[in-house]
Amino acid sequence: MTGGAAAPAIRAVGLTRRFGDFTAVDRIGFEVAPGEVFGFLGANGAGKSTAIRMLTGLLAPSEGTATVAGHDVATEAEAVKRAIGYMSQRFSLYEDLTPRENARLYGGVYDLPRREVEARFGELIGRLGLGEAADQRVAALPLGWRQKLAFAVALLHRPRVVFLDEPTSGVDPVARRQLWELIYETAAGGTAVLVTTHALDEAESCDRVSILVAGRIVALGAPGELARRHGVGSVEELFVRLARPEREAAR
Amino acid sequence: MRALRALVWKESLHVLRDRRTLGVLLLLPVFQVLIFGYAIRTDVGTVRLAVVDPAPDAATRALAARFAGSPTFTPVATLPVPDGLDRLFRRGAADAALVFAPGFGERLGRGEPADLLVVTDATEPNTGATVASYALAVVQGFERERAAAAGGGGGAAGLVPRVRLRFNPTAESKNLFVPGLVAFVLTIVSSLMTAITLAREKEVGTMETLLVSPLRPGQIVAGKVAPYLLIGFAGAVGVIALAQLVFDVPLRGSLVLLLGEVLLFLLVSLALGVLISARAKSQRVAMTGALLGTMLPTLMLSGFIFPVESMPRPLQWLSHAVPAKWFIAVARGVLLKGVGLDHLWQETLVLAAMALALLALAARSFRPRLE
Repeated sequence: MTGGAAAPAIRAVGLTRRFGDFTAVDRIGFEVAPGEVFGFLGANGAGKSTAIRMLTGLLAPSEGTATVAGHDVATEAEAVKRAIGYMSQRFSLYEDLTPRENARLYGGVYDLPRREVEARFGELIGRLGLGEAADQRVAALPLGWRQKLAFAVALLHRPRVVFLDEPTSGVDPVARRQLWELIYETAAGGTAVLVTTHALDEAESCDRVSILVAGRIVALGAPGELARRHGVGSVEELFVRLARPEREAAR
Repeated sequence: MRALRALVWKESLHVLRDRRTLGVLLLLPVFQVLIFGYAIRTDVGTVRLAVVDPAPDAATRALAARFAGSPTFTPVATLPVPDGLDRLFRRGAADAALVFAPGFGERLGRGEPADLLVVTDATEPNTGATVASYALAVVQGFERERAAAAGGGGGAAGLVPRVRLRFNPTAESKNLFVPGLVAFVLTIVSSLMTAITLAREKEVGTMETLLVSPLRPGQIVAGKVAPYLLIGFAGAVGVIALAQLVFDVPLRGSLVLLLGEVLLFLLVSLALGVLISARAKSQRVAMTGALLGTMLPTLMLSGFIFPVESMPRPLQWLSHAVPAKWFIAVARGVLLKGVGLDHLWQETLVLAAMALALLALAARSFRPRLE
């Protein structure tokens, strides 16, 4: 379903990472097209975070290659970092600063002119309906707002690829829906979005998903097609079926 | 440059908004100076006195009794020979000793100079000096009484008391605490705060976001430590100024040289803070590491409180590795002796070498590793 004319936004080939004897990510391969929302699923410890760290240039692959926005993550980490946005699993805004100050900081970090930062931040925060929160300390804001703001800040420099590590964990349903709307909007603008999630109903919202078990991709495709192929009703069912043997083996 | 500016600005906001920490950082030097300054002025309590009297006679007994009768001194031992004194001091059983020469009373009676040695434990130089002056006051009282008894005209030669301060024979000055205090304040602000603030970013998770950004590790560190460099420098200047204003501690050498050395020591401390935070996953670990790795050596092994010369040999060797030891030596030289680089180039060179080596190590240790 990808391929075609556009070069892939993310391309992993035989990507592997070992820690001593332990293989955290085992020869995974996939492509994400520009404008695609790609769900990166897996139980805790399946290797999602390790894979994301390799794709964001934080961790060198042991084997295999990956390109992000056309740059090799092992040799052109610098260029990769300029081209991506990242929202970490843990909270990435500074709580003692206001959202606007956070935006100024990251705008500066990505070398954007101050005026552009203000304009872009105003636009993003307006779209999120969070104008009133712009100048309050982040610590005083509800979690759902914070996550939306963190997402907005990650989009400031118009990245070509965005990595969202569990953006909706702990967020209430209304904020969750708003976040997903923002994800779709971002993807519609041509940005590739790689998102990890524990909420499996969210997996249905992705264009395609991959399921990672013990460092390997055991399923990859559009949610509906995957469910059909495995004869189950939903991605959730498929996930439980695929992830279970691993858990029992671990005991 | 825009990135670095943004980081410094953000770190300054952290510092300004964390009122409590900022207050501690600013007030700590003030309190330290006042506490140390006034602690030095406190009167000496009870002084345990050992008397060495090889040939007791009327005069030695009278003087010893005079000491015993004074409110300050309490005799704890009388020895026939001075050999046992060392042990008493080492055990901490005596704070001062009165050593008579044989034939003390006889010589006094003949109007010849009679030797008397007053020894005080000057491990704390200020206490030692105070005790010595108390002892001399008692001896002078004894002399006056003797002169009066002899009928005004006597006492041509008489008593010749000599004073010896043990452990810190020179007791350079009561102002010894200021250089150590500068080192201490700089260590707190730079090592401790740097370690904690870097560990905090790791603990909270924001470090991950910074590492994923195009910032270079060097920029991240520089942006984080710049505000603390400023605060540390201000603290050092504050300590020196306050010590001069309130306690008349002299500044005999070049201020420019002193501030240059302060900067050098700051770099060393900051690098140590970065190194500690590189190994620490949480603020608590970073704090413990900084306390054990930098503050404790600065307090105990630098000559700040305990003179290096009176330490056991292994600790003396260890003290060479403590940056504060070299800084304190330099600061004492500039502040109290008024000497310049021609005397202090060795210490300065050691500090500079430490700064270079530690900064290089810190830059290497700070890698985008998040495991």
